[in-house]
Amino acid sequence: MMEILNDYGIVLAVIGASLSALVPGIASAKGVSRGGIAGAGIITEDPSLFGKVLILQLLPGTQGIYGLIIAFITFSQIGVLGGSSDISFVKGLLYLAACLPIIIVGYSSAIRQTNASIASMGVLAKRPDQFGKAMIFSAMVETYAILAVLISILAVSGVTGINI
Amino acid sequence: MALLHMQRIYIYALKKDRKQILELLQRRGVVEVRNMIKEDKVFSKSDVSVAKSSLEKNISIAEESLSILNKYVKENNSLLSALEGRKELAVEAYDSFKEKYKPTVDNAKRIIELSKIIAESKAEVLRLQAQIEILTPWINLDIPLNFKGTKNTTVFIGSLPKPWTLEGIYEQLAQYMPLDVDIISSSKVQTCIFVICPNSNKDKVYEILRAMDFTLPSFSIDRSITFDLLPMADLSPAEQLAILEKQIDESKNHIDAAIAEMESYDEIRNELKLLWDYETMRLEKYEVLGTLLQSKNVFIVTGIIPEKNSKSLEDELSSKFEIVVEITELSKKDEIPVLYKNNGFSAPLEGIVNSYSPPNKGEMDPTAVMSIFYYVLFGLMLSDAGYGLLIALACAFGLIKFKNTMEDHMKNTLKMYMYCGIATIFWGIMFSSYFGDIFDVVAKTFFGVTDLPIIPPLWFYPVEKPMLMLTFSMVIGIVHLLTGLAMKGYQMAKQKDYKGIIYDVVFWYVLLISSVLLLLSMKMVTDILGINANIPDRVMDIAKISFVASAVGIILTNGRESKNPFKRILKGLYALYGISGYLSDVLSYSRLLALGLATGIIGTVVNQMAAMTAGGVLGPVFFTIIVILGHALNLAINALGAYVHTNRLQYVEFFGKFYEGGGKLFNPFRINTKYYKIKENTK
Repeated sequence: MMEILNDYGIVLAVIGASLSALVPGIASAKGVSRGGIAGAGIITEDPSLFGKVLILQLLPGTQGIYGLIIAFITFSQIGVLGGSSDISFVKGLLYLAACLPIIIVGYSSAIRQTNASIASMGVLAKRPDQFGKAMIFSAMVETYAILAVLISILAVSGVTGINI
Repeated sequence: MALLHMQRIYIYALKKDRKQILELLQRRGVVEVRNMIKEDKVFSKSDVSVAKSSLEKNISIAEESLSILNKYVKENNSLLSALEGRKELAVEAYDSFKEKYKPTVDNAKRIIELSKIIAESKAEVLRLQAQIEILTPWINLDIPLNFKGTKNTTVFIGSLPKPWTLEGIYEQLAQYMPLDVDIISSSKVQTCIFVICPNSNKDKVYEILRAMDFTLPSFSIDRSITFDLLPMADLSPAEQLAILEKQIDESKNHIDAAIAEMESYDEIRNELKLLWDYETMRLEKYEVLGTLLQSKNVFIVTGIIPEKNSKSLEDELSSKFEIVVEITELSKKDEIPVLYKNNGFSAPLEGIVNSYSPPNKGEMDPTAVMSIFYYVLFGLMLSDAGYGLLIALACAFGLIKFKNTMEDHMKNTLKMYMYCGIATIFWGIMFSSYFGDIFDVVAKTFFGVTDLPIIPPLWFYPVEKPMLMLTFSMVIGIVHLLTGLAMKGYQMAKQKDYKGIIYDVVFWYVLLISSVLLLLSMKMVTDILGINANIPDRVMDIAKISFVASAVGIILTNGRESKNPFKRILKGLYALYGISGYLSDVLSYSRLLALGLATGIIGTVVNQMAAMTAGGVLGPVFFTIIVILGHALNLAINALGAYVHTNRLQYVEFFGKFYEGGGKLFNPFRINTKYYKIKENTK
């Protein structure tokens, strides 16, 4: 029984890695798109704000990249990108669990960060000189995505060391 | 690391010199004009709103004409022209602009008029084209559309919806023969017909036609519109069409002529720009003039001047005019405007401080201390020697190429990124990241080298030892935070609040350092961090005692603004709870690890993808394309991330410890032009 299950360890690990790229990627795409829509409105009024609007638009885009990092680390640890791929069922499950922080927090923080970014764009439209402060509001949200990616990185590299 | 000392300046002068004195003040640009004396019976302010509104009008004319001109005649701007800065203009050229002033204003107005002509002609063309469209179905009719019939016959000219055949129409009208029907044209939506019948049947024929939804041509020309003295309406459609086409040609000629004239104004573009600057400067002068106190013969300028400029300005004014200049220290109530004095290494970051908030009264300028951390943190987050080199080289190139003409703020931005780039190179070498692992990948793929890595890291690979990198990030964070706390102490020392230093700074220092030591003595913490901290028991005992002592100290003193002892202790306890804030602040520096890894890993992914395509003859070409595109994207995204998060660490974690801001920047009366710098001829 366990032997059959052990064949599926790698599947679980790949599911975890793929979801890491997939779920935060969806949220980031959504966030950057909403930011772009709001930004386009500002640019029609004052094209000189393009650079600053672009920064605010791109802020929720980083979650997708964090997801990509976790996916890549996981793929290289489980040997999908070359190397051996002898992953037991439990280990595969552990990899999937290790990916969860960035999958869930990455998704949710990108959406929340977009809301903050769009609000900051409102500040930018009315008071372009207050860009520094407006940007920080949005960057505050990203902290939690960073914490999540950090834990995922540590967990994925930690699981590799466990011998199960 | 300082702000310039400011003084008050009072200038008392004769009105006959007013223009020259104001122009001199404007060109020197060192005095912020401010009201310091109240109006009275002798001295009062004059009303300049009329002059101001006419200047504002001219500025908007110049602005509008320039934007119109740019729309029709593109200006030749290279990609780098944004770096170039304003052109220099000799004082003489500025002074002699008075002669060109009137024609330039007229030209600007003419440009605006031309754009109106073009817009109107375009609308006219559209209108005529719409008429042609309506007329086209009637083109085969050789009598005018308004033809009603002869003495004994009546004619109906109009259209029926939907296509009809001749037979179909005759069928409907069969009972009222004799009559004659002609189909002029037929399309899917309408059939244009011509019906002639004797007068005796006209009402009945009309009724039947109405039943078939007959309508008269929607296109009717007023009889008053004539062409060659004939009313247009009496002409046949073909003739009308010819006339309309002629009119379209005429309108198009108008447009061409207007555009040609517009192009001829390309030469005076610079004069329009100068007009804009000239009027802006005059407007600012009048704005100042409106705030000055004046009597019949005398006027007074009051304001604030940096101490370093006050002597030279006083000498210059006294030597040129009959004048009294008085310079005094600021009074306590005066709001002190902020003017930074930093060296070339820190000055580029003044903009970063300003976008948080300039220092308030009594605060120190944090720029210098911040600058070291700023460059280091930025470098750590980007941490790739290749990217750092690109950034530093690009900025250095811009700085050298436009050395003389570049505007100061642009210069500062480029300098900031150049230093950031240099810091990035440093950390890139420490962690051996050169465009990801490009050297290893190229060596392995194209040259079959197996002895990797080509360049080992000077310190370690963060990807291989993430915990070490995390520890290092937190150590940097602790140093950064403690520096912020030290700045608070320095600021309090300047305000002579020595007790406050002990309560708010020294206690916290002791508390934080002893808690770090206590944490390091726990096995769990050292296991997580993977470090081996052998702290002697002696030190641990001291740490325990000092931890308790400083915590008690904080509880007793940090609520000292409350008189009520109970409230005071509660506030002190709450202040001690602030230690959790320090914990989250330190954890926040883990972004150094996350962002640093992000750059490295994405760079590696790009290189791996490129290496997959490297086989075959065209391999190296694909390899190069993927590497260039991928790294450009990675650089852009991660440089953005590094910039944003460096700012965050400075604003939230660092400034949160000591800095509030809320000051106002020094805003002297000066030349605020957009296109030209007035170059002084120094005699």
